[in-house]
Amino acid sequence: MTATLERPAPARKRTVTPARIALHVFLVLTCLMTLAPLLWAVYASLRTYEDTSVNGYFSIAKSLTFENFAKAWEIGDLPHFYWNTLLITIPALVVTLLLSSMVAFGVSRFSFKFNIALLMLFTAGNLLPQQVIVTPLWRLYRLIVVPEWVSESGSLIDSQLGVILIHIAFQMGFCTFVLSNYMKTIPYELTEAARVDGASVFRQYWQLTLPLCRPVLAALATLEFTWIYNDFLWALVLIQDGDKMPVTSALQNLKGTFFTDNNLIAAGSLLVALPTLVVFFVLQRQFVGGLTLGSTKG
Amino acid sequence: MVLHTPGSTPLPHFGRRTMLRVMLAGAGVAATSGLLSACGGGASSGGDSKVVTFGNNLSDQVPKDAITAAVKAFEAQSGGLSVTINTKQHEQYQEQINNYLQGKPDDVLAWFAGYRMRFFADKGLTSDLSDLWGKVGGNYSDALKQASTGTDGKQYFVPFTQYAWGMFYRKSLWQERGYAVPKTLDELVALSTKMKADGLIPIAFAQKQGWPAMGTFDQLNFRVNGYQFHVDLLAGKEDWQDKRVKDVFDTWKRLLPFHQENALGREWQEAAQTLQQKKSGMYLLGAFVGQQFPDADKDDLDFFPFPEINPEHGTDTVEAPIDGYMMAKKPSNSDGGLKLLEYLSSAEPQLAYLKADPTAVATNQKADQASYSPLQKKVADTIKNAKHITQFLDRDTDPGFASEAATNGLIAFIKDPNSVDSVLKGMADQAKNIFK
Amino acid sequence: MTAVQEKPKAVAPSGPPPRRRGKRATALAGTDKLVLALMLGIPTIVHLLFVWIPTLGSVALSFSEWNGIGGFEDIEWIGVGNYVEIFTEYPRFWPAVQHNLIWLVFLLVVPTSAGLLLAVLLDRELRFSRIYQSALYLPMVLSLALVGFIWQLIYTPDGGLLNSLLGLSANPVDWIGDSDINLYAVLVAAAWRHTGYIMLLYLAGLKSVDPALKEAAALDGASSAQTFFRVTFPVMKPVNIVVLVVTVIEALRAFDIVYVINKGRNGLELLSVLVTDNIIGEASRIGRGSAVAVVLLTISLGFIITYLYQVFSKENRT
Repeated sequence: MTATLERPAPARKRTVTPARIALHVFLVLTCLMTLAPLLWAVYASLRTYEDTSVNGYFSIAKSLTFENFAKAWEIGDLPHFYWNTLLITIPALVVTLLLSSMVAFGVSRFSFKFNIALLMLFTAGNLLPQQVIVTPLWRLYRLIVVPEWVSESGSLIDSQLGVILIHIAFQMGFCTFVLSNYMKTIPYELTEAARVDGASVFRQYWQLTLPLCRPVLAALATLEFTWIYNDFLWALVLIQDGDKMPVTSALQNLKGTFFTDNNLIAAGSLLVALPTLVVFFVLQRQFVGGLTLGSTKG
Repeated sequence: MVLHTPGSTPLPHFGRRTMLRVMLAGAGVAATSGLLSACGGGASSGGDSKVVTFGNNLSDQVPKDAITAAVKAFEAQSGGLSVTINTKQHEQYQEQINNYLQGKPDDVLAWFAGYRMRFFADKGLTSDLSDLWGKVGGNYSDALKQASTGTDGKQYFVPFTQYAWGMFYRKSLWQERGYAVPKTLDELVALSTKMKADGLIPIAFAQKQGWPAMGTFDQLNFRVNGYQFHVDLLAGKEDWQDKRVKDVFDTWKRLLPFHQENALGREWQEAAQTLQQKKSGMYLLGAFVGQQFPDADKDDLDFFPFPEINPEHGTDTVEAPIDGYMMAKKPSNSDGGLKLLEYLSSAEPQLAYLKADPTAVATNQKADQASYSPLQKKVADTIKNAKHITQFLDRDTDPGFASEAATNGLIAFIKDPNSVDSVLKGMADQAKNIFK
Repeated sequence: MTAVQEKPKAVAPSGPPPRRRGKRATALAGTDKLVLALMLGIPTIVHLLFVWIPTLGSVALSFSEWNGIGGFEDIEWIGVGNYVEIFTEYPRFWPAVQHNLIWLVFLLVVPTSAGLLLAVLLDRELRFSRIYQSALYLPMVLSLALVGFIWQLIYTPDGGLLNSLLGLSANPVDWIGDSDINLYAVLVAAAWRHTGYIMLLYLAGLKSVDPALKEAAALDGASSAQTFFRVTFPVMKPVNIVVLVVTVIEALRAFDIVYVINKGRNGLELLSVLVTDNIIGEASRIGRGSAVAVVLLTISLGFIITYLYQVFSKENRT
């Protein structure tokens, strides 16, 4: 069977049929159309305000410059906000994966009566619209007392910890779902054998199951990084100190109340998108793996 | 070649080492983050009488640098106080004010005078500043004191700067074309007709952000119905379905054909740029329109008060919003906060700030006007000579009414000017719900 | 460690894991029970505390009138008044419901069919396939807020790309400001980001279809179109369900993009925007906002339960 499958493939590659050419033309055009908005933003970001305000955007650039990027970097204080994002994203990511792998391990390796109920709870929670929980969450955060070295406000309000916590609580749903589906495909004999050998539950989880889940964990990590990085609402609602905002929410700072310079905004937008684009290009396979995992095992 | 069996997902290979590194890196950052926030928290934790916190809504680079410089000047002469500035994006600051005041607000914080200040003072979210006013009251005119006074007769606000709304235009363009400042509505219509014939957009217009058209409504309403009706209407004491309100919108309808089209998809900055580029003839906006002008063109900008519509009221009212500062209900450093507020009420920081933002004027009446531009002098005179001063629709009414009913009502009207009746019914219904 | 890793590889080729019912429940030692309880308990508590309890809180608050200031004692309980108000008086409510529905239908039709088509085209031996795929799903790593920013450069009536390309510079179409078309303009931007995701999901689905199935169909003389619709597509049912859910949730959650563009006014009203406007604005109307949130919750739960039923009923049967 393998042979019959393999043979026509190389042969097909060489023959250039009109259908093939049409396919390539179609795909190239589609790709260009997909990339067009981004390329347009890049083009705008490389032009000066003086140029576009006189000639409009739909014109040949007088000169191209990286000035806008330097300006956005400085005015937007981007290094600072990137750092804020990192402070939120990485801990949220690690803890989410840790906690959801625990739940997934529990429900996929042991049969409890509440297994499915628990999974449903997590999955449903992840699908809720965020706005539904905003107000009570804010109130709840104000009631939770934390030491001042964790949050200057003395509560979870206006603290990065608060944002991290809600990301964990929310994103756990998706990760638990994906991880439990994956763990179910790991042969039961494996943990059973370990159990017979006297391995503790924790050992079965930490040393046996988790290493096998490495590809899924990597995929989920890539995906969750993008999602948490791109979050806009939680920080907007829960953080009051402008200096603590993550970079996605801080982008608004570039959109001045008093002076609008679309070229600058374009440059700023591209800079904000940069980390996710880098992750995308470097870890593309993990990213794709993560997305498709949830689906084919559903 | 890999043959895919059902159920096997093409999974990326991710070595154990790499995975471990990712996890470790994550854990490492998590750990340092804890440490760092610990340090940060320790340095600026409350109860330190040497630190005053300052909530700033001037997020743009130029005004932000200007206010920072003003605050630094305070530090130098305060005898050892240091000010921590918390800057938030201008519009975000307003949206979050409610949660902000109830959470952990800064000691001194930026806000707006009038109804919008009273709303929060009434709820007990800001401090009584009457004692401070006993000291600095001489700096301000009565109109400013009134605008800083809450419903209980106490002061809760310290004015900083003020600007005016009017019809802005470029002197050079008008000279070139021989346009004259219109004194009445009919003259305005005649001028607009002429501009249109000359290939100009008579009145620049933008309403994407939802608030600029409120300025148009304000001008029309107090010109048609007078100051008292205007403030009563906005305070929920008059009915939005009143014939007099309908008159305002009918007048507006007459002017709409002279307004720039597609206003709902345009931001005011873009409209202002058409004025600067001499594509449009005039623009009804606040003096901040000048911020869209390059320095070389700033002297070419002039304005006139919106023309008279009803002789009974003439042009006796000027819309001149006041920006300033309040103090949190429980500031962590009350003495320092009062000192900072006292400093901000003096002429020096106001004039220093205006150097960076020469479209506004100082509120301190002792401020020396020598450094003012001709436009600033005109704004200052207009404000001084006005019989009545309004703030702005969203500062003169309930914030909920402004952001929901008024914003969306005006948008609906601009979208379909013939829908006035249903628009006004909607606004009236919502007003009844809010002003109970 | 290495030994452990070897094991599954040895076991895996023996085909799908045998599911033996009842075998899993083995008696657990005391510490193991405790460890397991903690492993399941802590995440569950975190999730319940920060997700589900606030959700119930919203339901409760929807029966109140409260401006969000002060403590719980300042809340006035008014029964179903908020619901009456949003259904009968609140002018933005019904448009928002309508826009959410249009959003849903549009996303279900356009990006789904485009994504499926692209997946089918790319699911073959093809030069540059990787490059095509990368380009097509690149937009999905961008946040919706950013998508909003970027597309405004295209739509703006004064010198935007679209009007210039269409030769409408003299008499531009107001893509964002005209409330008859702006929803669709924004939907194109949203679909731009969504299509790549759908394509990926289907691509994975297609790859997991046993080639033997297709081959068998081909041997029976079925055309490739017939093979696709009769064999491949039905086999991909799990993917279809995931696509459906992802799309529905995306449609109900839509917020960032319209909020960035014009705060969700003038034809871009969405339920999520109404909730946000009412509860985090300068003057909050928590009760009314929560009532809208509950409507959104109810619609979401309808889909969520259907989905859970689909996914988990299968498990119950095994």
